[in-house]
Amino acid sequence: MVSQVIFIVFACATLLAAYLVVNVNNLIHAALWLVASLLGIAAIFVLLDASFMATVEIVLYIGAIAILIVFAVMLTRRVMEDIGQQKTDSWWLAAALSMVFFVSVTLLIWNTNWPSLPQGDVGDTVLILGKSLVDPDKYVIPFEIASVLLIVALIGSIAVALPPSDDNK
Amino acid sequence: MSVIPLSWYLIFAAALFCIGLYGVLARRNAVAILMGIELMLNAVIVNLIAFWRYNDPTNVSGQAFAIIVFAVAAAEAAVGLALIISIYRRQNTVVAEDINLMKW
Amino acid sequence: MEISTLFTWLIPLPPLLSFVVIVLITSNNRRASHLVALCAMGISLFFSWFVVYGAIVSDHFGDHPIASSINWLPTGNTALRMGIAVDPLTVVMLTFVPLACFLIILYSIGYSNFGQSRDERDVPGNPPHHGVEPMYSRFFAYLSLFAGAMLVLTVADNLLMLFFGWEIMGACSYLLIGFWYGRTYEDKLQIVPSGAAVKAFMTTRLADVIMLIGIAYLYYEAGTLNFRDIFFNADVLDHLLHTPSIIGGLAVAHLIGLLLFIGTVGKSAQFPLHVWLPDAMEGPTPVSAMIHAAAMVSAGVYMVLRMFPLLSAGAYHGANPVLTVMAFIGAFTALFAATIAIAQNDVKKVLAYSTISQLGYMIAALGIGAYIAAAFHLMTHAFFKALLFMGSGSIIHGVEHGMHHTHEKLDPQDMFNMGGLAKRMPITFRTFLIGGLSLAGFPFVTAGFWSKDEILADAFAHGHWWVFVTLLLSAFLTAFYTMRQISLTFLGEPRTESAKHAHESTWTMTFPLVVLSVFAIFAGFVGVHQDFPVLGKMLGKNPFEHFVIYSLPNHGSGFVFTWTPVMLSVVVGLSGLFLGWLVYGRNSLKVGQQDPLIKWFGPLYELLSNKYYIDELYDLVFVRPAKWLSETVSFRFVDRILIDGLLHAIAGWTMKLGSGAVWFEKWGINYAPDKFGDGVRASGDSVRIVQSGKIQDYLMLTMSALVVVVIIVFMVIN
Repeated sequence: MVSQVIFIVFACATLLAAYLVVNVNNLIHAALWLVASLLGIAAIFVLLDASFMATVEIVLYIGAIAILIVFAVMLTRRVMEDIGQQKTDSWWLAAALSMVFFVSVTLLIWNTNWPSLPQGDVGDTVLILGKSLVDPDKYVIPFEIASVLLIVALIGSIAVALPPSDDNK
Repeated sequence: MSVIPLSWYLIFAAALFCIGLYGVLARRNAVAILMGIELMLNAVIVNLIAFWRYNDPTNVSGQAFAIIVFAVAAAEAAVGLALIISIYRRQNTVVAEDINLMKW
Repeated sequence: MEISTLFTWLIPLPPLLSFVVIVLITSNNRRASHLVALCAMGISLFFSWFVVYGAIVSDHFGDHPIASSINWLPTGNTALRMGIAVDPLTVVMLTFVPLACFLIILYSIGYSNFGQSRDERDVPGNPPHHGVEPMYSRFFAYLSLFAGAMLVLTVADNLLMLFFGWEIMGACSYLLIGFWYGRTYEDKLQIVPSGAAVKAFMTTRLADVIMLIGIAYLYYEAGTLNFRDIFFNADVLDHLLHTPSIIGGLAVAHLIGLLLFIGTVGKSAQFPLHVWLPDAMEGPTPVSAMIHAAAMVSAGVYMVLRMFPLLSAGAYHGANPVLTVMAFIGAFTALFAATIAIAQNDVKKVLAYSTISQLGYMIAALGIGAYIAAAFHLMTHAFFKALLFMGSGSIIHGVEHGMHHTHEKLDPQDMFNMGGLAKRMPITFRTFLIGGLSLAGFPFVTAGFWSKDEILADAFAHGHWWVFVTLLLSAFLTAFYTMRQISLTFLGEPRTESAKHAHESTWTMTFPLVVLSVFAIFAGFVGVHQDFPVLGKMLGKNPFEHFVIYSLPNHGSGFVFTWTPVMLSVVVGLSGLFLGWLVYGRNSLKVGQQDPLIKWFGPLYELLSNKYYIDELYDLVFVRPAKWLSETVSFRFVDRILIDGLLHAIAGWTMKLGSGAVWFEKWGINYAPDKFGDGVRASGDSVRIVQSGKIQDYLMLTMSALVVVVIIVFMVIN
């Protein structure tokens, strides 16, 4: 009972924050609401006994990605304030599509029989997770590919974001 | 500790996903569109973790998958923002509609 | 969960939440911002004092402290835990920290000119002229975060969580000292707020890194960072004490103790890392009060108090390497800073150096094993120093008001521009007098006397002669410069027009002063030695000592009461005050008159007013070589010659290779594909119309298609 209440509180807070992310006009505020909603998701992870994922969510999403977004907003701020209008002309279509999609997915979820919660304590999954990420029989290849991807993204984004130079030799 | 049905998490994730989708479709600012994408990715991760928890928690593939998604999300954010800043430098705009260099 | 445990968990929460709320929601509404900050701090204060009350009324609280923790971060086989613990020492902290923070936030309302309209000339990042502070809400957000971090540090049950609060405070002090980041001075040599912020941050950072190494080392050796698990477990302490460390001759416990103590040297501004604190005066005055009384520097002393069982491990007759170092640095800093304070003209700088000096007192007290006395002085010092800082803020405010009136251009913080403020700012004068007398150790009625006396008596009773003499000497100097400050600011006739037009501050500024002055008098009576004639009996046998001693695993014996140190400290305090009055108070200085000390001790005064040239020394020894190194070696040599040369060579080879490839491409590869490309282009021309080039149109199309598919699937299923 208690956990249900906690879940509903956090879920509502997260969704409210997410709603504000896509609706407030000031982008800095949108980014801060994004942080708030990511915090809510971290709380949901804790409810799911995935404390490691909650940590990663906070460190990586809030600590890195959200801050990156804040910087991007600040770097590109001037133009947007000049233009003003923040929504596309067909936002109503977007809203309708999202609503329809949500309703249909919810119906689908509602009409399916899901497994109930397995009994017993989760135990220490971090150790298992850590081992399986470097286990050749398990996920070492996806893990390494992810790291290569990160390197590529790192170099690529530096290359892309370099200031345009006139003297292309 | 949890007596929350799995479907609650899934509906929550669906709602988060749709809010993000709306953000992607309806915002003009490219950075705001990226924020919408982050919300959608997070919805996906919530789903993964929920399924992991409600199947066999000792089988950590759900979490491993979620970690890969995290890495991809980080890469996506970095590259996306770099693109936005690059376009901003060259074209002095961050409005997604105006970024149509590749048309025709 | 017991209610006081729950409340303890909740103590740091309201200020942290208020930070979030102010930043996200109320940032445009000044009244809402300060109400949120004030209410949050009030709730914290209520929780804290509820816990404190529960602890005081319960019997043998020290043996059954509040403790609760949860798993925080799983790390493989074990987990870092997050928890709260309230033992008698924490109770002491919880009595004054939230109160001081609350009063500081209240005071900031008046200090930031709430109620005045926005002055057109004010720009964010500069002190307001006469209107309301431009970044009003932000100020309260920072203060809230600072207070929250301090409370996290206070209730933490392990060193890692303590370090969290410690670091958040470091970041906040950076933000707050540099709050007026746009401020510049005509005198290029004077440090600007942004520079002071960087200096404070870098200096404490140096110490914090070393402290973090100490924490990691402790975790490695002890396997836990929980205070009670380490201190109340003889096996762990024994292991730490008898394992030789990586540095020969030192036991692990002592090396860790030294590393942790360096963290305190930075945070509590002990010699040689004291340089940041006087410059931190560039921040707004409530920040100075926050940093010097309630939070940051107390945190440093609190940490060594907290770690005392580890620091004093294996002490033989109250001495081991760590304690000796502490006693030495503390006593030296106490005297050193007191001498500098004599020759300062800035009203806040005097207080800054007196803070360093008083912190040296506490560290020295700990170094000779006077745990109770150090904790006691920490508490009383927090009260009277917060009072003095807020009083000085009120004085500066008054003089600035006068400046606004007379359009004079002068330094509102220079004491030689003041004088005669006693009549114009009566409440500030009386409270400042109480605070000053408490700092100077005016016998028998002020809190500062009792705590200072306890330190001196302890040093005397245990035969630490050189500590005793040094501290006695600095007590004399303290009394002298306090009287100098009071005489210069309040007594005599105004030396400038602005001082003549100064007037009393608003109630939000004076009310905290009054509250703190009550504490600056009465807080001392809880720790009077039990054998002190009349008072000792009347006040019940030193309740402070009998309460706090249970924070330690083995309750050391107190000391026997003797008259000698008491008489000496009375004589020293009174004679210092009297001498100060003789020099500055009896014939108050005239306009333009020099400090009499310059006449008497010319070169010495010069040395003191330049703070022994320590800043210049550091600049010469550390800053310039670092700049030179980066300029000459890294940039000129490594970057320009090594790396650039290598790159140019590689580039040359690649160009040669490339020109061969170009030739091949032009004739071998291009011709046939060109024709093929023409065909593709022709077909593309006919279908290109669907491509609007707008990413969102594509997405919209995709989603519409998906929704249609989903609807069809539903129809098929049903």
